Amino acid sequence: MNVLVYLVPMALALGLTGLAAFLWSLRAGQYEDMDGAALRILDNDDMGDNTQGGR
Amino acid sequence: MAETLDLSLFVRHHEGTAHMDLAVEGVGCAACIRKIEGGLKRIPGVVEARLNFTNRRLAVDWREDELAAADVIAALEDIGYQAHPFEPERAEAEEAQHMRWLVKCLAVAGFAAMNVMLLSVSVWSGNLDMSQETRDFFHWLSAMIALPAAAYAGRPFFQSAWRAIKARALNMDVPISLGVIAALGMSLVETAGHAHHAYFDSAMMLLFFLLCGRTLDHAMRRKTRAVAGNLAALKADFAHRFEAGEVVRVPAAALRSGDRLLLRPGDRVPADGVVLSGTSEIDDSLVTGETARRAAVAGAAIHAGSVNFSGTLTMRVTAAGTGTLIDEVERLLEKAVTAKSRYVRLADRAARLYAPMVHATAALTLVGWLAAGASAHDAIVTAIAVLIITCPCALALAIPAVQVVASGALFRAGVILNAGDAIERLAEIDTVIFDKTGTLTLPEPRVDNAAKLPPDLLERAARLALSSRHPLAAAVAREARARIPCEGAIEEAGQGVRAMIDGAEARLGKPAFCGIPDEAQDASGVSTIAFSHAGRAVTLTVQQKTRPDAAGTVAALRARGLDLLILSGDRPAAVAPIAAHLGIADWRGGLNPAEKIAAIEALKAKGRRILMVGDGLNDAPALAAAHVSLSPISAADITQAHADAVFLGERLAPVLDAVTIAADARRLMQQNLWLAAIYNAVAVPVAILGYATPLIAAAAMSGSSILVTLNALRVGVRKGSSAEPAGALATAGAP
Repeated sequence: MNVLVYLVPMALALGLTGLAAFLWSLRAGQYEDMDGAALRILDNDDMGDNTQGGR
Repeated sequence: MAETLDLSLFVRHHEGTAHMDLAVEGVGCAACIRKIEGGLKRIPGVVEARLNFTNRRLAVDWREDELAAADVIAALEDIGYQAHPFEPERAEAEEAQHMRWLVKCLAVAGFAAMNVMLLSVSVWSGNLDMSQETRDFFHWLSAMIALPAAAYAGRPFFQSAWRAIKARALNMDVPISLGVIAALGMSLVETAGHAHHAYFDSAMMLLFFLLCGRTLDHAMRRKTRAVAGNLAALKADFAHRFEAGEVVRVPAAALRSGDRLLLRPGDRVPADGVVLSGTSEIDDSLVTGETARRAAVAGAAIHAGSVNFSGTLTMRVTAAGTGTLIDEVERLLEKAVTAKSRYVRLADRAARLYAPMVHATAALTLVGWLAAGASAHDAIVTAIAVLIITCPCALALAIPAVQVVASGALFRAGVILNAGDAIERLAEIDTVIFDKTGTLTLPEPRVDNAAKLPPDLLERAARLALSSRHPLAAAVAREARARIPCEGAIEEAGQGVRAMIDGAEARLGKPAFCGIPDEAQDASGVSTIAFSHAGRAVTLTVQQKTRPDAAGTVAALRARGLDLLILSGDRPAAVAPIAAHLGIADWRGGLNPAEKIAAIEALKAKGRRILMVGDGLNDAPALAAAHVSLSPISAADITQAHADAVFLGERLAPVLDAVTIAADARRLMQQNLWLAAIYNAVAVPVAILGYATPLIAAAAMSGSSILVTLNALRVGVRKGSSAEPAGALATAGAP
């Protein structure tokens, strides 16, 4: 059972990472426009912009 | 149109950059995003343009020294989109904030529920050969996760319960909070005492399920609120204000008392006031329901919402409440709103019945076990297990789940809810009262004899009509299939418009203007307009027409066993034919707002529950006095604010849909309450006898919650009867 000593904290840390990532994405406004995000990905005209460090 | 447009009301400034929010019409596909954002960003001076596709709103930032707000709107028009500036409401920002808070709580509760459940399952499956140290370790670990998580994620419930207790009331959050706190406290004590069972998982799962329901409920409300906000922006009126001898176009919301305005034919009066100069006819149908126009000369009072029909007027804005009609309406409104008893929602009624019962059962369990000779510890543990298992997970989800699905179904049918409890009240009605003008009839007049006219002439007349602002021409223009105006059209004031079509002159306007002898006009609200082209001439009759599906909808409402009435502010002679056409025997015309209320109060005194459907300013008090109220999107602003729901489009069917969906929803709410009651009837004896292990509690709670949620989904399943989304909805932000 000694294996629990590091397995349980590891599992919790992974879970907390997920939670933190979700809270970050929420704060960054990634859920403000769900329909738009689905469509923006189809738009490949921004490829050129990206290479120049565009938005 | 070289007039200045003043949009300073909508622009916010920040360190040299300006920001404006716009509701955009006609956004429908992925390409629109790129066209709008790309098109705007190419304009020098624009810093950022971001379109939110979900709610069809555009946020634009630009450098103030390089660009003006009107340029942004003009640029969008060039790209091909109508944009309407828009004052973000405080309430909307607060709701967005609340939503983020709920989602954060949900995320924390979800994380905790999953991890605690992982630990709990290990304990349950290993309880036989697990050493006491390992079990205690798992329980302490659960406590360390669950306690802070519950303190964070439980706040929506704890705060609401605390508010209720402070107000000496009971709501569903009181038993929820008590159950959660009791479960956590007891589990902590049990863990300290090396016991076999702890209920951390039940508490966290309960919070997670309930937060799911609450978040969905809130998301649905936000969505309808956003659409309603867009529609308001689309509808917002502009006024032409004299500023130092110049005419400036300003949003109606920026008008102040004392402003002098120019009213051109076809303009909607943007604010209450008096006529200073000019003569014209005023169409008051949105204000009083009267379809015959009245003459307006200097000194006449005119009301916001009326339409200036024939001549150009100048007017002065007067402070709200000085007009006699507005005065009366506001006084009646105040009375009706204060007299309205607060409706007790089904969920709160259930909570009042349920909470004392649960707590009494837990207390009796405690006393019973003590009397039977059990130790104090065992008796308390069993009593708390009763509290946990009865913790109203299913009960608290039973109604919100239905509410979410029902408001989604209503939304698709073109009905936007203003009031949260409107669905429950809609389900209780037995009488429907209609206003006539703008409710049973279309808000704008139509060409009555369109079917009898040669189609090619009608099409040309309609195209020519696109060049005129006159209300009669606007009615003719609605018949046009192709919305391409004639080139070189010339408007002759007070006569009509003319243009060359296919090498021959076409004229649209007064019969004499088109070479037809003028007929005597009667006062029945029927107007005539003539069209001539290449030697052919026709007369078009324009009048208020009933909504295309009014007869069918009225018949369907009657088939549901509802009593139907018409209470109109229009002359009886104008109401009678419509009532006869729709087969409504019970009608009254020529009523003022006070008489409408009196009629409603008389019915209420007989125990009737009334749905009032109306759009005029004169209907606003009646809407507030009725049990529940609906108004079309074309209604006057005050009226819409007092309606419990607003419906979109030209058809009357949304009224029927609203009644049907609400009745369905109420049936399912009651079914859900029964399901929750049956669940309790089975689970409580098990708990009282002391068999409610954490495993059983977890299975019972999640099972019942899923059951009521699935049952709630049935509201939307019913045949998509007339759920064709209204055109306005598509442009205003429907999915």
